[in-house]
Amino acid sequence: MYIDPHAHMVSRTTDDYEAMAASGVVALVEPAFWVGQPRTFVGTYVDYLSSLVGWERFRAGQFGIRHYCTVGLNSKEANNEALAEGVMEWLPRFAMKEGVVAIGEIGYDEQTPLEDKYFRAQLALAVELSLPVMVHTPHRDKKRGTSRSMDVCEEMGLDPSWVVIDHNNEETVRETLDRGYYAGFSIYPSTKMGNARMVELLAQYGGERIIVDSACDWGISDCLGVAKTAHLALARGIDPEVVRQVTYANALAVYGKSGQMNEADWLDPPAVDQRTLFAGNSILRGGREPRIDAAPARRDDLIIE
Amino acid sequence: MTALSVVCRRSVKKMVATVPHEDKTAPTFRQAIHLGRVTTARYSEIQSIHEGGVPPMDTPLTLLRTWVVRQAGDQAAWFESQVDALSAIDDTQQLHRFLGLAPRRLGRADLALSLDDVVLAQAAHAGWNPRGWSLDGAARVAALIAFDAGNPERGVAFQTRFHDLVRTADARELVALYRGLALYPNPDSLDADVGEGLRSNMRAVFESIVHANPYPYAHFDTHRFNHMVLKALFVGSTLAPIVGFDERTNPELAGILLDYADERRAAGRPISPELWRGIAPFIDVLDAYPALARVLKGSPRERAAATLALRQIDSPDARRLLTSVPELADLAAVGALHWNNLHRYEAA
Repeated sequence: MYIDPHAHMVSRTTDDYEAMAASGVVALVEPAFWVGQPRTFVGTYVDYLSSLVGWERFRAGQFGIRHYCTVGLNSKEANNEALAEGVMEWLPRFAMKEGVVAIGEIGYDEQTPLEDKYFRAQLALAVELSLPVMVHTPHRDKKRGTSRSMDVCEEMGLDPSWVVIDHNNEETVRETLDRGYYAGFSIYPSTKMGNARMVELLAQYGGERIIVDSACDWGISDCLGVAKTAHLALARGIDPEVVRQVTYANALAVYGKSGQMNEADWLDPPAVDQRTLFAGNSILRGGREPRIDAAPARRDDLIIE
Repeated sequence: MTALSVVCRRSVKKMVATVPHEDKTAPTFRQAIHLGRVTTARYSEIQSIHEGGVPPMDTPLTLLRTWVVRQAGDQAAWFESQVDALSAIDDTQQLHRFLGLAPRRLGRADLALSLDDVVLAQAAHAGWNPRGWSLDGAARVAALIAFDAGNPERGVAFQTRFHDLVRTADARELVALYRGLALYPNPDSLDADVGEGLRSNMRAVFESIVHANPYPYAHFDTHRFNHMVLKALFVGSTLAPIVGFDERTNPELAGILLDYADERRAAGRPISPELWRGIAPFIDVLDAYPALARVLKGSPRERAAATLALRQIDSPDARRLLTSVPELADLAAVGALHWNNLHRYEAA
């Protein structure tokens, strides 16, 4: 039973949902992000946020996966001031929607003054609404950008135990953990973490406040990053309890602070949801492992009915 | 005149007033009772429980408030004060906050209703069936009605408010918003947003308009009603919970349904036998007896559906075909087989 706490499902296909469900993913968190091309209208951004709390959440439910999301203005688009101002007006409304577990992913890209302005404004919103925060750390000038992100969180009065600093690597993890934050690791080929490196880190740091995610999106990425990392870690002798922490329990602990994400959502869903919004096969009383169905092997089947 | 007839005549008047003029399908008094599934006997029983004989006429809002308060536990006072405040002060921000907080504070359980509650609902608004509503959904609709109740100038702007709410609604919220359609001020003005809801890919949202909701019956023109039925079949939904289905069937729909059945048969795909309910009243014009005779030899569910469809037709051909399924015909005659329990029969 896994949670993928960072997955951009708007960019993924139904095959991915099937594969994730079959691998044991019971819940995921979809952070609002840059969709690969800048939005130039506030309205398109509003519709995007609307799809995260509406259609995508429903779509995931059809595969028996509980979908949660974070809402926010990402660092790239924070540089379009007119767009950013407009999005900031709408954010509080979306932050109150069902399944919104944090403000995110927010932070720095090029570390410009506008990025800084809207990062701070959104941290203030998170404090006001008592929501956790998912921080995207920059790809370039990463180490300093990560430190700065945490400095600003503290300046803005955030409790580090309510903040996930995501996309960590070997260079940033020590400081992130030492300062009391959750440390997210994105198992993303080529540009972020590989899972063999991740297992080394688990051997070194254990499981406390470490979170593994796939960050799968429109790029070459693997929606099974969490499950594959769990299997590799177990095969290489990592304590199963540590594996459970980093692929399930820690994400639930921090995003559960929103009050919007509970184990019962997938283990014991409300009847009305079960009828209409969630096609889970995991209705259980007592928290046993849900039944996992194998994904249909459509790709290999010549016949299309 | 009994209280019941007063109630029902009011409802009928309302329905007659809101059924589109092009459709000469205004329901009769009898049909209104049938539509609402209000039985005279049951309503009289409820009356007799009350000491003065005649219970006060409930509005949908008072009923929703009663049900939510009854189930809200320690959140009851919060809910009541919120709804009162929303009714008193024109504060859209407060409305947004309430709509966001409703599931957080009240939980997401099914709305607990007795049969009597359903009867009262039908009396308060013909065709309204709150079974399948959730507690938070009922609270949200109550808040939305209260926000504009008794404020005519706000009621006029309801379409704008509804559009704004739908635009940012999460899936569960959409279901709640659409379930309440018939109960809002100026329901006809919501036409465009209802269209969006019908086009939704989220089946639960689509069904929140289509099922157990008196809005389509009372407010859809023939074209929209027909396309709603077709989409219901296309997405694998059911027709039985559509309020007033038999009263709104029409020759055009029957023709399209028959074509649809042919198309599915040619593709070797299953056909929901519920569609014969819409074809039966026009079977002579469509010359559909051979098709129905074929269905009568199909799966248990198809045979049951064909039996029900044939029983809707008072013709020698229909009676003759029914003799081939005497057991099903008997079950239908005593009410043990009907469109609402068709799903108990095996589909294949």
